[in-house]
Amino acid sequence: MSEQMSDDDERQQSPPSDLDFTSNKARTCIVTGSVSGHTEFQSPYPDQVLENVLENVLHFLTSRRDRNTASLVCKSWYRVEALTRSELFIGNCYAVSPARATARFTRVRALHLKGRPRFADFNLMPPDWGAHFNPWVLAFAKACPWLEKVYLKRMSVTDDDLATLAESFLGFKELVLVCCDGFGTSGLSIFVSKCRQLKVLDLIESEVSDDETDWILCFPEGESHLESLIFDCVEYPINFEALERLVARSPSLKKLKLNRYVSIGQLYRLMVQAPQLTHLGTGSFSPSEIAGQGDQEPDYVTAFAACKSLVCLSGFREIIPDYLPAIYPICANLTSLNFSYANITAEQLKPIISNCHKLQVFWVLDSICDEGLQAVAATCKELRELRVFPVDAREDSDGPVSEVGFQAISEGCRKLQSILYFCQRMTNAAVIAMSRNCPDLVVFRLCIMGRHRPDHVTGEPMDDGFGAIVMNCKKLTRLAVSGLLTDKAFDYIGRYGKLVRTLSVAFAGDSDMALKYVLEGCPQLQKLEIRDSPFGDAALCSGLHHYYNMRFLWMSSCRLTYQGCQQIARAMPRLVVEVIRSADEEEMDVCVQTLYMYRSLEGPRNDAPKFVTIL
Amino acid sequence: MEVGRKMANMLGTEHDLNFKETELCLGLPGGIAVVAAGNETESSSSPKTNGKRGFSETIDLKLNLQSKESTMDLNKNLDDNGSKEKSGSAKDPAKPPAKAQVVGWPPVRSYRKNIMANQKNSSEESGNSGAALVKVSMDGAPYLRKVDLKMYKSYQELSDALAKMFSSFTMGNYGPQGMIDFMNESKLMDLLNSSDYVPSYEDKDGDWMLVGDVPWQMFVDSCKRLRIMKGSEAIGLAPRAMEKCKSRA
Repeated sequence: MSEQMSDDDERQQSPPSDLDFTSNKARTCIVTGSVSGHTEFQSPYPDQVLENVLENVLHFLTSRRDRNTASLVCKSWYRVEALTRSELFIGNCYAVSPARATARFTRVRALHLKGRPRFADFNLMPPDWGAHFNPWVLAFAKACPWLEKVYLKRMSVTDDDLATLAESFLGFKELVLVCCDGFGTSGLSIFVSKCRQLKVLDLIESEVSDDETDWILCFPEGESHLESLIFDCVEYPINFEALERLVARSPSLKKLKLNRYVSIGQLYRLMVQAPQLTHLGTGSFSPSEIAGQGDQEPDYVTAFAACKSLVCLSGFREIIPDYLPAIYPICANLTSLNFSYANITAEQLKPIISNCHKLQVFWVLDSICDEGLQAVAATCKELRELRVFPVDAREDSDGPVSEVGFQAISEGCRKLQSILYFCQRMTNAAVIAMSRNCPDLVVFRLCIMGRHRPDHVTGEPMDDGFGAIVMNCKKLTRLAVSGLLTDKAFDYIGRYGKLVRTLSVAFAGDSDMALKYVLEGCPQLQKLEIRDSPFGDAALCSGLHHYYNMRFLWMSSCRLTYQGCQQIARAMPRLVVEVIRSADEEEMDVCVQTLYMYRSLEGPRNDAPKFVTIL
Repeated sequence: MEVGRKMANMLGTEHDLNFKETELCLGLPGGIAVVAAGNETESSSSPKTNGKRGFSETIDLKLNLQSKESTMDLNKNLDDNGSKEKSGSAKDPAKPPAKAQVVGWPPVRSYRKNIMANQKNSSEESGNSGAALVKVSMDGAPYLRKVDLKMYKSYQELSDALAKMFSSFTMGNYGPQGMIDFMNESKLMDLLNSSDYVPSYEDKDGDWMLVGDVPWQMFVDSCKRLRIMKGSEAIGLAPRAMEKCKSRA
């Protein structure tokens, strides 16, 4: 659940160790002094002793930032650290090649890879850009067959890749695919049938094509080790009877998230089999169309009440609000509630939320209006993360939520750390209030859906609001801005946003100065994504000192030219500078549609499609 | 609700930017209020909460949508105070032009957008949001039941289902179309005087009616709950039912 709920799970930022493979000090560490002075004792080489000790000690080092630092001490530490690193995180799959990764880290058990840039999710790039899992799975199959866990985000995975995973890694345990595509039910079928030790299969917001194979039926018979099965993004019916049997023979199952083809009656049957669940995705939460009308409705309330460990609830894909009271028994235990696919009103929300005193994570649709948010603020004093999504995601839609609900949240939920808020109206005053009321904010993402919208009370740009956020929220690492913004907002960000690592900008700023402020002022900046803002080549050049410290820079529909990008590419050999056109554009315009550049040890990739030019 | 606040603002500020005054403000279904622009002299400047909009208010809607196009447009409108209305009507089409959607904006993943669109479509298809679940009570029965009226296509189907639910329930003397023959007063009286059970329902206006007087779809749309009552008790409904029936004929 944490992977799904928080994009910013990379709390430890690593210095660019993927670039810095050579250690600064090449001295070997020598152990002086013998073991209590017995010279005839045949001691192993001092280096070896130290390495053994190191190995044992470094096993305890889990954070990758600490590990990266440790690996820079000396060659010996570098070597031992590489041997003992069991979890390998690669934030950009093109920053380093599979060969290089497997050569250095030979005992990896878990691989975490990220591929496409985030703005690709919003159709700002043609499909088939890249980020293929294939070369990785092949390399690891050969070099690291003890790999047990794979976590992929925004990568293309084929059915063959899934087959390779299942066949090459005996004892494979966990597969988590977030925002991935390229595979279908036939790949899943092979995967689940061959992974006999499988504990976790989580498909989150991924596109799964329907090859009409019954993959649920392919789970092997006999007791299963399944602890987590998440398939709420699968947009095809599944074999329910097979699922029921699977759940019945999975005594360790703790997390189960069903897709919208599972009716509430079927949910009931599953819950009765698995009252030990901690995380539940309810599927459609409405009766199936062929339910016998004369049949007695199952006792949903008792079924929920029996799930005493349930802390995380989601689903409600086609909710019939009449059934909501069924969840009353578990509200008091919930720490995470996802209503973001449930089009419910404030009145329907209130009886639920008024019992959710322990709630820490809440995702919801703006259909609950400001009134619903006020109800949340009144009860959920432990709230850490709030996401409010729009029912109608268009620029000119009605905005049922506004600064009113926003301010209410800031006043009621003082422990707030992360907010994502879509609205049509906002004021600087409300944003300033939140900056003061919620000093623990780490992630602040405000999306005023109408482009260039000012403060709707004063008519002023939203500069002061965002300025207050970077000034007062001293822990802020992720920021997304919107509304009418001048260069002043970016001046504030550059001046005060010293910990900001991820910045998202759209339709903002007046001139190159804005980008300059940010590139010169934010030393921790790792990921910068900009669209439709008036920044040109001069602004791009002002970041030359920093680009090797960043994971990537994305700029689309700005004012960049080929020449400007060429300059960067020439000045920085370890940067891959990709210019991306729309798929049907043949000619090379003077203006660059999309720039995507990232540091890499490997130089230009060899799998770039036609619409990508690498400078 | 935002209506009161907007009203207060409009009354309180005259020289303020017309921003909030031109703002389109829609309340929850059943109450629609439009806050008119500063120089409006029509009666539409007061918000109406009966859900019905006059023509002039409809015009206001269009104006407000257009004046929200961008801050530049808005500033232009602020400069010439009364001309907002004129400029509005000048380009006043039959429908307010929706702003051209920019690719990938707002930044909601297509996965989520598709799901919301699908939800909207299926609710539009079914004509109502979700199922038409209504409570069914039967005099003398120890508990209530619920039926989804959308599951049935005719009174006969409903009758069969209810009969199964409450096995001692009998539909009485229904005509060939499954509807009580209202025009035959004596037949109706016989039915109602019997001890057979008769289904009645509460309609949108809160009146209790005999099931069967209106076409099926109209019934589904207006029925709020069902009560299966003894024929002898239902007799009080008949005159009113006849009234409504006659007024519709």
